Amino acid sequence: MTQSQTSPTAVAAPEPAAFLDVRNLSVKFPTDDGVVSAVNGMDFTLDRGQTLGIVGESGSGKSVTSQALMGLLKGTSAQVTGQALFQGKDLVTLSEAGMRQLRGRNIGMIFQDPLSALHPFYTVGHQIAEAYLVHNKATKKQARAAAVDMLGRVGIPSPDMRFDEYPHHFSGGMRQRAMIAMALICEPELLIADEPTTALDVTVQAQILDLMAELQQETNSALILITHDLGVVAEVCDDVLVMYGGQCVESGPVDEIFYDTRHPYTLGLLKSMPTLTTASGKLNPIPGSPPSLLALPQGCIFSARCEYASMVADGLCHKQRPEFTAEAGHGTRCHLGGEQLLTIRTSR
Amino acid sequence: MIRFILRRTGSLFLLLVAVSFITFTLFQLGPADPASAACGQECTPERVQEARVALGMDQPFFVQYAEYMRGLVADRMIGAPGAESLCQWPCLGKSFQTNENVSDIIARSLPYTFSMAIGALVLWTLSGVGLGLLAALRKGSPTDKFIVGAASVGVSLPIPVTGLFLLLVFVNQLHLLPFTTNEINSPFGPQGPWAWVLNYLLPWIALAVLFSASYIRVTRTNMIETFGEDFIRTARAKGLAPRTVTFKHGVRAGITPVVTMLGMDIGLLLGGAVLTEQIFSVPGLGFTAVRAAVSGDLPVTMAITMLAAFFVIVANVVVDLAYAAIDPRVRLQ
Repeated sequence: MTQSQTSPTAVAAPEPAAFLDVRNLSVKFPTDDGVVSAVNGMDFTLDRGQTLGIVGESGSGKSVTSQALMGLLKGTSAQVTGQALFQGKDLVTLSEAGMRQLRGRNIGMIFQDPLSALHPFYTVGHQIAEAYLVHNKATKKQARAAAVDMLGRVGIPSPDMRFDEYPHHFSGGMRQRAMIAMALICEPELLIADEPTTALDVTVQAQILDLMAELQQETNSALILITHDLGVVAEVCDDVLVMYGGQCVESGPVDEIFYDTRHPYTLGLLKSMPTLTTASGKLNPIPGSPPSLLALPQGCIFSARCEYASMVADGLCHKQRPEFTAEAGHGTRCHLGGEQLLTIRTSR
Repeated sequence: MIRFILRRTGSLFLLLVAVSFITFTLFQLGPADPASAACGQECTPERVQEARVALGMDQPFFVQYAEYMRGLVADRMIGAPGAESLCQWPCLGKSFQTNENVSDIIARSLPYTFSMAIGALVLWTLSGVGLGLLAALRKGSPTDKFIVGAASVGVSLPIPVTGLFLLLVFVNQLHLLPFTTNEINSPFGPQGPWAWVLNYLLPWIALAVLFSASYIRVTRTNMIETFGEDFIRTARAKGLAPRTVTFKHGVRAGITPVVTMLGMDIGLLLGGAVLTEQIFSVPGLGFTAVRAAVSGDLPVTMAITMLAAFFVIVANVVVDLAYAAIDPRVRLQ
């Protein structure tokens, strides 16, 4: 595998085959009220062994992006455009049958709520073995052995016994471990985790993150971690992509996103994180709410909530949508200049 | 499991006692006068009184009821003093009209009702669930809209309309099918299973049109809901074939409400499809029950009411057991 570029970029120039190369990915849902633009022109690349965090609030298009990559929107009314080259295959145009070959075997997925994501009527073991049997020529016995082995690897005690239990017998953390076992049983090269720790206790969250990182190391797989928890991002991600209103507003290496923040929305997210040193005990939310995806504003999509929009001359923020500009792998979509940003950051 | 069955059997008995008591009371409160009906035309008051004694209707209400219930567990003598005859237990009494043992009447009617119920059941379950599933899979398409529209029409067509229409077209005009005959009441009869199917096909279709409409709706609604569940997305994310996702993961989870409906409907139908049996002249339980009720034939009415209640209750128990078989979460409780 040639290491082309480890960080997400917006460069449109052709690259030597990246492991996953997403360009101008857009998803639109036609509804009775109009077209919902859930994802608008996403660009990023990802290599094996790397972890990309996709951050944003609810409705920012994180999950839709992951479902588009997984081909789960095929057969629905959703219109997916752009390109998503995975080992040279375009996931956007690939047929449902071709996608099915990749799902589970080459691309695994972990979902947010493991209780609703597991089938209530089948044993946990059966569901994991089923994932193994789709992609491997194996007997039921071999599949069981593989599933039991995988349950052990994700840290479930006495896996041979737990194999025959139903999801409702498992605790929340155990269920998510089982989900991970199911997603990883065919050792996919790409793992997409959609808010894998959101439904879990804080203590269990850390265990699950550690487990995912450990298994990722073992198989040298690429990981896309979708979350709204910046703490999680800081812990496990190499690169971060911040989404707002279906667009990527800022992306870059994790350290730069945290310490050299360039987009007011990212700043707002960081500020809104509660810390132990916040004396008042009050939270600092970003005022306002995300724009309607039915009718995105003409200017910058964050302009209505941006407290720095007035710093830009001529009300440009409300008139013209900023281009995504990147330097050295760190890009942002904002009209604010470097000096203005510096002032903002130091004033905090 | 054993405790479950014991408990349900216990409640079955209590319910049957309650049903029998209510039926008995309603009958006594009603205007029916079995004695004058039994003695026929040109009846003197003396002969009515004789008939009343012969039927046991001269006794106080509770004595009559107690005597009836005693017959269920012990032999009983029935008839006018001096002309009594033995009714062996379980004695459901003798018909006020024909003096025939009620158990014989029931045994004669039951095969007709079974014949009607079984075929109709298979037909409407297959068509209802099949079309409902198809509509759910093609949600929003013209196919879906057509099926939903047809279901709305079907559910609003009463049995007399569909029944008479079918008879008119297929029997009267096209001569494709014979008119229902009383000679066939089982697929194992001398005429063979095919004659049985042809004989009951029209009543089956009439019932199926009515019932499958609601099955289409319930199946469609539940399957659409189930196909939106997270575990269906998980199944797709595993790379399973669409067929596996639809049937193994989807249908099994979405079918439980249909099982409930099915249980209730089987129970109701076995108690006699009154209208259908009337229109197609099938002498099943419903047909017999109507005749008995009209002529004030208390023992026959009692027996059929209790039998209908029995079928409904048993069907409910079977539904509960089926639920536990389908959904492992139910087994805990």
